[in-house]
This record gives sequence, structure tokens and C-alpha cells, in this order.
Amino acid sequence: MKEPMFIVSQEDWSLHRKGYQDQLRHQEKVKEAIKQNLPDLVSEESIIMSNGRDVVKIPIRSLDEYRFRYNYNKSKQVGQGNGDSKVGDVIARDGDPAAGAGKGSGAGEDPGQDYYEAEISVEELEEMLFSEMELPNLKRKDQNQITVTDIEFNDIRKKGLMGNIDKKRTILEALKRNARAGNPSLKGGISVDDLRYKTWDEVTKPHSNAVVIAMMDTSGSMGIFEKYIARSFFFWMTRFLRTKYEKVEIVFIAHHTEAKEVTEEAFFSKGESGGTICSSAYRKALEIIDSRYSPAVYNIYPFHFSDGDNLTSDNERCVKLVGELMKRSNMFGYGEVNQYNRHSTLMSAYKHVNDPKFKHCIIREKGEVYKALTTFFKKTEEAKA
Amino acid sequence: MAAEDKRQLERAIDEITEIAKGFGLDFYPMRYEICPADIIYTFGAYGMPTRFSHWSFGKSFHRMKLQYDLGLSKIYELVINSNPCYAFLLDGNTLIQNKLIVAHVLAHCDFFKNNVRFSKTNREMVESMAASAERIRQYEILYGKHEVENFLDAALGIQEHIDPSLVKPQFDYVKEDSDTRNTKGQRKGLYDDLWGLDPEERERREKEEAKKNQPVRFPPRPEKDLLLFIEQYAQGLQDWQQDILTIVRGEMLYFWPQLETKIMNEGWASYWHQRILREMELTERETIEFAKLNAGVVQPSTTSINPYYLGVKMFEYIERKWDNPTEEEQHRLGRKKGEGRKKIFEVRELDSDISFLRNYLTKELVDELDMYVFAKQGNDWTITEKLWEGVRDQLVVSRVNGGFPYLTVENGDYLRNGELYLKHHFEGMELDIKYLERTLPYVHQLWKKTVHLETTIEDRQVLFTHDGKKTHRRFL
Repeated sequence: MKEPMFIVSQEDWSLHRKGYQDQLRHQEKVKEAIKQNLPDLVSEESIIMSNGRDVVKIPIRSLDEYRFRYNYNKSKQVGQGNGDSKVGDVIARDGDPAAGAGKGSGAGEDPGQDYYEAEISVEELEEMLFSEMELPNLKRKDQNQITVTDIEFNDIRKKGLMGNIDKKRTILEALKRNARAGNPSLKGGISVDDLRYKTWDEVTKPHSNAVVIAMMDTSGSMGIFEKYIARSFFFWMTRFLRTKYEKVEIVFIAHHTEAKEVTEEAFFSKGESGGTICSSAYRKALEIIDSRYSPAVYNIYPFHFSDGDNLTSDNERCVKLVGELMKRSNMFGYGEVNQYNRHSTLMSAYKHVNDPKFKHCIIREKGEVYKALTTFFKKTEEAKA
Repeated sequence: MAAEDKRQLERAIDEITEIAKGFGLDFYPMRYEICPADIIYTFGAYGMPTRFSHWSFGKSFHRMKLQYDLGLSKIYELVINSNPCYAFLLDGNTLIQNKLIVAHVLAHCDFFKNNVRFSKTNREMVESMAASAERIRQYEILYGKHEVENFLDAALGIQEHIDPSLVKPQFDYVKEDSDTRNTKGQRKGLYDDLWGLDPEERERREKEEAKKNQPVRFPPRPEKDLLLFIEQYAQGLQDWQQDILTIVRGEMLYFWPQLETKIMNEGWASYWHQRILREMELTERETIEFAKLNAGVVQPSTTSINPYYLGVKMFEYIERKWDNPTEEEQHRLGRKKGEGRKKIFEVRELDSDISFLRNYLTKELVDELDMYVFAKQGNDWTITEKLWEGVRDQLVVSRVNGGFPYLTVENGDYLRNGELYLKHHFEGMELDIKYLERTLPYVHQLWKKTVHLETTIEDRQVLFTHDGKKTHRRFL
């Protein structure tokens, strides 16, 4: 018998998942690329200034399929007009000419866009960043054990308490039922079957508070760069703590030779001049802790940013006060923004502090904010395993 | 698809097949497979249902699928150059859509079977690719997913640089070692010095001597097949790596004729779907839907060339010209009236896009289709030329080497240090520097020694060099 000229068939393709699998691999690679760029992203201005609400677009250059190709912007192309085109007519403005009509627009993938832009929300970024970080769980507070019971309305049922009736859904059901009966209005009235009730679940949440005591040197030697670094750091740190604690408060203390509590805005924008006495900030911090944030209730995280240019005679007092602060807090962090690698008097004093609660980090460039975050909140070995 | 729908479709295909055969189209047995959108898009992204896995295919699959989901574009059909010929129809196509597609696909298959550019393609590629994919999967298990992926990244980065010519399939030279060369022909006989008395013979010997002292060229002629060259002569490639290069090269050789005949192939298929559907009894509604579909397919674009549209117009033009030759053509070239059909069948057999455009894109056509050349001036893309020769030549240039830059291996032992020296044959279009600087490391990854690429930027010769760490450039 001769072979038929054609066969029409329809198979079950549901197990053919190759496209999706490779798509997944591509997405994984995008994530990897983002991860590799984390140090840069952490200090990315558009994120820090966005208050963390927006989706940010991140250029990822490593995900293109690179090949030898022509420079599209420098080469000539051929197109077709409606019959009245003239030399000098503008057919498209900057960027790419719009993709051609017809199916399978053939010859070239659209060049012009020279990097792959991934969209990522700040939450996703956080997830990635925070997966590398951990709270130094030095001392569990009893308060972590305290729980509060809350109720959440999160379900809709056909039976329930009349007081919890869901009017909108009930009307909707009634409308649907009437429409099904060929009567698209509420004339048919509401039947028992239409009634919908909200119901709740009881949830228990741990009741925990944390306070960050952000201290910053605002003396003349702290410039825009130094402040930006501190700002990015506190931005991420607060967000990180919020994932661990129900409520996180921040107290801003600016200091030069004297310390005072300021608003967030003033903290990051106002510059002052003069010398530096760091112990003033520590004393202020202690004062605030003792009056407002009892260590019995709060997890306290004092962090101090400075360029390390402290009055030499003050250093000894600093070490002593830091010791006091550590007694009350979960940890104490000292970040030194030292762009030009100067000799730091404060750091030389802190070198001798030997306490697991004390952590320090030197930041020389923007990308190192990430390093600071991972130093302060480093995952311990057992946590990694 | 319901049984009744399937019966209707089969009846329609039967009819279309008969009409197509009546027109003289000559195709392989057909296998029509009805599949859902994500499957068609998978095939579209991979170029073949059985092709190996790589993230770049996943990327284009995602993009194509997204455009489909958003209603921006739609693939109705996919056809594979094989014997028997596979055609995939989108589940949910209307009957009239399928009629158009079946007619279109039959003409594609006729083109695959008869165009000379396809004369060497492997018609069992579906199975070959499945076997290759299976081997690559094995390599992933044996040598690690990442290792294989990295190697594929590099190999795919230079996949277009093969030699697709129909006449020269393999290298006709081998790499000579310098020592074997020096000892060759040096055996001295007892009375050899006597030859020195003969002036002619002495001259010949001196020439030979001089030739011997010249550095030998390797390869002896510039080599276009970069992929094969690397596969054969790169130091320290493992067997599986060589195999992957062979796979990538083989698949590119298979796809190459399709790159070379895009305008012709789509033009041919569109020409025939129109002719075939005209022969069919369509209802009023079907006629309107067909007209809409057809108009969508052959819609011209201001910023690119729609191969369907240009192709079909050119075939129609050729048919018209050969049906009604002028007095002069009849007299001087001996053309007879009414040979249009015969002529277009000849064109579909012998031409590729380049010769097709160069031979048959005439002033009449360029004016009729209102074609122009445009370029970027400042921030605007502006029409720069409307002269028909300029348009034709620009189109031809853009189709040279499948639209990819023409690179050759100039020296496989550059600086006598085993370095690789590539040359871009500049034809008026500059390379994308950013891409070049990212691709050169791929070549290095394969060659494992310093690689160089010579090209032209702003009328100056520039040499890019990648030594494994950094890419430098210097003017020559």
C-alpha cells in the first residue's frame, strides 16, 4: 500500500515541559545575576530613595546571548512607505524603529536594547539579601515568648452569625442566581441560599519590639558620601529588623562634640561642623535607653557611624560607654566610613574590645554597604548548615 | 479537537493537497500535528521540537509566549524541513485559518524539497537533534550541568561562523609541524652537488630554499569555518566538548538555508496559499476571514522588510514579466509568451535571497512598493535614499552571509604562539563593539589561548585582543 500523503494527529502534549524548564533556568540565571550584583544594588540610589515601595528595573548585562553582530545604529536599513515617501522623511525616533508587522518579523532580534532589564520588587530583593543575613541571637528575651491573640477575618461561608453577614457578596450571589433564572435584577429577592458570612481565624503572634539607636557623627569631616553610606545601611537594617520583629522603632542621635536626638530628616540631611566627641552620643543613647526602652521589653540595636576621627582623649571613655551599652543591647555595631583610608583613632581603641556583641566594619566605597550588612548580621556556621 | 472538526479538516487538507499537486508543487508526505499554544511556542523558540535544552531557548520561549498571552503576536503554524515533513497547527485555529496554513505549509515543503540551497540538508534532523539532545543530557550528568552550560554558551556565541557553501564541506589541509617541514626533501645524495653546475636547476633550488624559510601560513587560506577550525585545532578540548561543537555546527548547517532564503521561502508560500485558496469553494464568511488573514500576513512595514510581502510581490512580478516579454526580450533573449509559471518554478529551484534580489528586484518594483533606505541621523531614523539601485544593493548587503558579519581565521598560530587571529571582512557595516567585547572571551574560552579580532571602526583598522582576563584594543 502506498504511504498516505498526509496524516493529521493530535497527541497529548501535557508532559512536554521543555520550554517551561528552560524558561525556569533563564529566570534562575537572572536571579543569579541579581545576586552577583547585590553589593551594587544595596547601595543603589533609586532603591534607597524610593522608600522601598517601587518595583525597580535593574540592568543585567550578563544575560544577553552575545555574538558578533552589526552595530544597528550605524547601519542602513530598508523599509516601505505608502507610496509617497520622500528622502528626508522621519520614520521613527530614537530607540528602535517599531517592530515590523506581519508574523515572525524575521531577520534580526531587535538590537538597540543592549542589556537585559529585569524587573524586581524591593521585597524580592530583600528576600535575597536577607537570606544571607541573620540576627545575632545572643540572648533570647523572655518577651519573645509573650504572644498575643488576634483575630483575622479571612474566610467566607454560607452559614454564620447574622452580625457578620457579607452584604456585598450576598447581593452578588442573589444577582447571579436571578440572572441564571433569566431575570437580571434583584426583583427575585434574596433567598437563604444567597447569604454569605464572614468568618475568622484566631492567630497568635509573638509580641516583640526592637529599637535601633542610630548614631551618626555629623561633624565637619562627614560629607555627603559618608552620610549616604550610613543612610543606605540604616535603610536595609531597619527593613531587616522589621522581618524579625513586630515593631521596630528608630531613634536618631546626631553628634559632633555634643549629641542630641533629631528627626530622621535632620539626621540624614543636616550637616554640622566642629570636632568630634563620640562618647557624647553613647551617653545620650544610654540616657534614652534607660528612660524609654527598657532592655527587659526591647531588643536594642545601637549602631554608630563615624569616620573614626575622634578626639584622642575621648577614646577611653568611648570604650567604657560602649561596654555599658552592650550590657543593655543585643549587639553593638560600629561602622566606619573611611573613604581615603585615613588613620582612625577610634578604631585603634576599639581594636581591643573583645566581646561577641561588638561588631565593626570599615566601609571604603559604596559597594561595601553590602559587606557591612553581612558582617553585622552574619549567618553563623550552624545556621548555614 | 472534536471528531467532526477533524473530519472537516481532513477533507479540506485532501482537497488542498490535490490542488497543490495540480499546480505542480512537489512536496514530501505531510504529518500535521495539532498542538496547544505553549507547545507551538516551544517549537518556535527551539527551532525544532527535539532540540537540546539551553536557557537561551527558554528566554525566547518566555518572550514569545508572553506576546501571545498579551495578544501581541500569534504563530499559527510551524513547519519543519524533514521527510516526512512535520507541520504543527495551533489548536483552536478556525477551519479557514487551517486551510490557509495547510496551503502555505505545502508550498514551504515544496521549497525545502526543491531549492538547491536545501539540497544537502539532513532530512532526518528531527531524529538527529533528538539524539544530540540525549547526548548533551548525558554530558550534563557526567560533567556537570554548569560545565556543559558554560561550554554551550560559548559555542552558541559563535554558531553563525560556519562555512555553509555547498561545494566545500571539509578542510583540505592539515596542520604541519615545523620540524617535519624542515626535513622534507632534504635527503642528500652522493652526487647531489653536481646539480649545482646546472644554472636552471640551481635557480630552482634557491627558490625552494627561500620558500622554505618563509613562515608557513596556517591555515594556508583564510578559513571561514571558525567552529570547525576550533573543533579541529583548539588545544585540549575534551571529546564531549568536540562533540558539542559538532552538534552546534551541524544544527547551524541545517538552519542556514532557511536564513539564506527567508524572503523567497515566505514569498513562495504566500504566493501559493493565495493561488490555492482561490481554487477552493469558500463561503462568504470564509472569504472575508481569509482576506483579513492574508492581509495581515503580507502587510508592509515602514521600518523593516516584510519577507512575506516582498517575496510574494517579486514572484508575481517575475511571473508577469515572463508571461508577457517585450518585443526586445522575445527577439534578443528568445523568450516566449506565457512562460511565467515555468520561470518562477525555476527561480524557486536555483536562487537564494541574494541572487533573487539582485536579479529580480527592479526599478519598477522598488517604485511600486515605495521602498527606501533609512538610517539614523541624530535621534531620528530618516529616509536617506530612494534610488532603486541603492535600495536593492542595501537589501542585498543585509542578506550577505545570512545577515551576519563575515569572519575568517587568518592565522591559527599567530606570533608562533598558537594564538588565534580572526579578521572581520568589513563591508561598510561596523560591528557592535559592546557585543564584540563580550563575544571574544567566548572564543578565548574555546581556543584557550589569546585571541585577536581585526575589524574596521570609523575607517581605521582596529585589533581587539582578549588574553583571558581583559580585552584590549589598538589601532593598526
